[in-house]
Amino acid sequence: MRAKHALLGAAAALALAPAAFAERGSDGQVNIIYWQGPSTMNPYLSGGIKELEAASLSLEPLARYDPDGNMVPFLAETVPTLENGGVSEDLKSVTWKIKPGLLWSDGTPVTSADVRFTWQYCTAEGGGCSQSEKYNDVADVETPDELTAIVRFSVPKPYPYGPFVGNQAPILQAAQFADCLGPKAPGCTSANFMPVGTGPFIVTDFRPNDVIALKANEHYRDPEKPAFSTVNFKGGGDAMAAGRSVLETGEYDFAWNLQLAPEVLDQMAAAGKGEVEVAFGTLVERIMVNFTDPDPKWGERRATADHPHPFLTDKAVRQALSMAIDRDLLTEIGYGQAGRTTCNVLAAPEIYASEANEGCLVQDIEGAKALLDQAGWVPGPDGVRQKDGMRLSMLFQSSTNAVRQDFQALIKQWWSEIGVESELRNVDASVFFGGDPGSPDTFQKFYADVEMYANSFDGTDPEAYMANWECKQAPRPETQWQGNNMPRYCNAAYDALVAEMAKTGKMDERIALAKKMNDILMQDYVILPLVHRGRVSARATSLGGFVMNAWDSELWNAADWYRVK
Amino acid sequence: MTDAPMIETMEIARPPRNQWLDVWDQFRSHRGALLGAAFFAVILAAVFLGPLIWQIDPTYIDIRARNQGPSLAHPFGTDQLGRDTLARMLAGGQVSLAVGLTAMGLSLVLGTLIGVLAGYFRRLDGALMRLTDLFLALPLLPLLLVIIMLFRDALRSAFGPEGGIFVLIVFVIGITSWMQTARIVRGDVLALKEQEFVLAARSIGTPSRRMITRHILPNVLSPIMVSATLGIASAIITESALSFLGLGFPSDFPTWGRLLFDSTDYLQQYPERVIWPGLAISLTVLSVNYMGDGLRDALDPRIRGR
Repeated sequence: MRAKHALLGAAAALALAPAAFAERGSDGQVNIIYWQGPSTMNPYLSGGIKELEAASLSLEPLARYDPDGNMVPFLAETVPTLENGGVSEDLKSVTWKIKPGLLWSDGTPVTSADVRFTWQYCTAEGGGCSQSEKYNDVADVETPDELTAIVRFSVPKPYPYGPFVGNQAPILQAAQFADCLGPKAPGCTSANFMPVGTGPFIVTDFRPNDVIALKANEHYRDPEKPAFSTVNFKGGGDAMAAGRSVLETGEYDFAWNLQLAPEVLDQMAAAGKGEVEVAFGTLVERIMVNFTDPDPKWGERRATADHPHPFLTDKAVRQALSMAIDRDLLTEIGYGQAGRTTCNVLAAPEIYASEANEGCLVQDIEGAKALLDQAGWVPGPDGVRQKDGMRLSMLFQSSTNAVRQDFQALIKQWWSEIGVESELRNVDASVFFGGDPGSPDTFQKFYADVEMYANSFDGTDPEAYMANWECKQAPRPETQWQGNNMPRYCNAAYDALVAEMAKTGKMDERIALAKKMNDILMQDYVILPLVHRGRVSARATSLGGFVMNAWDSELWNAADWYRVK
Repeated sequence: MTDAPMIETMEIARPPRNQWLDVWDQFRSHRGALLGAAFFAVILAAVFLGPLIWQIDPTYIDIRARNQGPSLAHPFGTDQLGRDTLARMLAGGQVSLAVGLTAMGLSLVLGTLIGVLAGYFRRLDGALMRLTDLFLALPLLPLLLVIIMLFRDALRSAFGPEGGIFVLIVFVIGITSWMQTARIVRGDVLALKEQEFVLAARSIGTPSRRMITRHILPNVLSPIMVSATLGIASAIITESALSFLGLGFPSDFPTWGRLLFDSTDYLQQYPERVIWPGLAISLTVLSVNYMGDGLRDALDPRIRGR
């Protein structure tokens, strides 16, 4: 009798095992495919989303955003607010309390010194930190005791969750990166490839732009997690193969960023091995207009503010380029359900979306022609408009991706209808978004006249995102070509708004400011938004615990994943 | 005096037959070669003359007509943006074949030059053959990637986007595929050099330049022709591989390899889009290979006539 009970009990335990009694490493390997291979595990040295996401398996911030856009504490005990006293009354300091007993993957304790060090790392002289806008206005990070870090700002910070929050600003271990400050940062290969972390998995083998092998972090704070013992993180290939490997063949459990034609995706999902996950975040497909001259004749200083662009600095040209685009059609053929047309670079969250620019939704070829005529650009003998011997001929670059190449071809045709010639170039996505200062083909270097890609921000507050187009954010040789101001836009009025937002506390004023900045960019045609894209990823039906998140890394809760048996 | 022997032979033998007629007779007896040559001629004609008849612009996007099957307006259907597939096939063929023929020409000139020099002049032999070994050791694709990255901008400003890449690809394929030709030619030249007619020519004081153009080159024509045909095939394949990798020509500029690359996403829904360029590449390469096979038989006097 007793034996039978015991057997029944064991059977029940087995049946419930995945959800209820999961223990660390009991579910074997989880296979993740990112068709753009990460080139580093250090998010501070790359502006690419792929690196941020890969790094989120190992490195964690003090707090992350959940799928609804709310903040949840990760390394911190609670999220400091005005109400709980974590944020000071003058809005100039935040007190973070680290969870007690946290260990790095090498077994040493996580302390407030690491938090302070992370700030120093990103703001070190000559370092070219990609996420430096997260640490804007931080005057000091004080460490009164081992578990308390007080972030002091030089100005009142109404939204003090820039530093150490979200997947762009995780905590690095001070001991590991101590000798990697400033210009020495890119040289610390072993630290950048295999960071000591607090996340559920740590790197055992890293091959840039290829495969990352990770194993469960034995010092992870929840002794029962993660359920998977190893992660096979495959990078490279293309969106098509990645989608197929999850949805059709089931070789992989999770495929990220399936930018595929809607009809193709539907067909793959019909195989039934996995599900397509869509979530609308802040991702906007856009065309960036280069305000600087990328002509090779300028040598080292090409595509910097030293040499303004010969014709894209003319607002009429930029406006005409925008008017010639049919955004409805682009959305329909490129994204289907996973896209919405937009006229704003700040399209979400809802409360921040401006309604002042809706005019762009209607394609107006004739209007664009008239505008160019007025501005003195007249069609030459070959149909290409020119003025003072300068032809409207552009190089249009993007990453290699079937949807983007279709967009390029379509847009090229529309532009040729208004008398603007364009040459298309596509660069392998791993290189384009890789941020390698040695490569001429990165989106930061922008050795082209216009370029198309998508970008987003994590979290729900657009302050740091809108600060992207501040003058000082322009990538240039002095910043090791890091920075997010791809157009090299430089407008004192805009910079003033950025500064103002940084010290404005009231929510409705912040909203007004963000909208105003968005409208400046839109009405100055610095950025031509095309499609507000949902993030589309695919998950195998056997992968449990996955929660799609548009506000942070899609791997944000990898610790909770398990195998559905 | 000089006319006498010639009159004699004319009286004895049948009217003289041109050597090239013999070659043609032998070539004709190889059915595969004949078919291959006919097919290659058809493709050349279609690709270079076809656009005169089929005048749709291969890059024109008619978005309402996208993803259509074969019809009278679009015999090969349209692609995902409504571009006419037939027009794109013809335009793509021009580029692919032009790359193949020019790259072959370049590698042939280089290969023959180096092969003959190495075989004929003993002092140059060692150096030139080590150079050949060096080039044989270079892997083509990685080299192409590096060269494209280094010289793309310079060539683009000199020859325009398409012209620049064309020059680049032809040049790189040309300078990395002459080695086989050079080795074969050198071997043949070494053997020829020891033959009596060469000795005879030398004994009457024929200078080296004449020796090579008059006696050596005509006799090594057979291997040169064969490696030429094979060279076309491999150049077309290399260009396709580059376009397939998404490198090389701009993305809206059709080549057969690019068409294949663009269609792979739609393999399941519209398999014909992969089949057309795939078929064109493989049939062209196959026909050229058969032609080479036939030419080798036809140009070899030991096989000819059997």
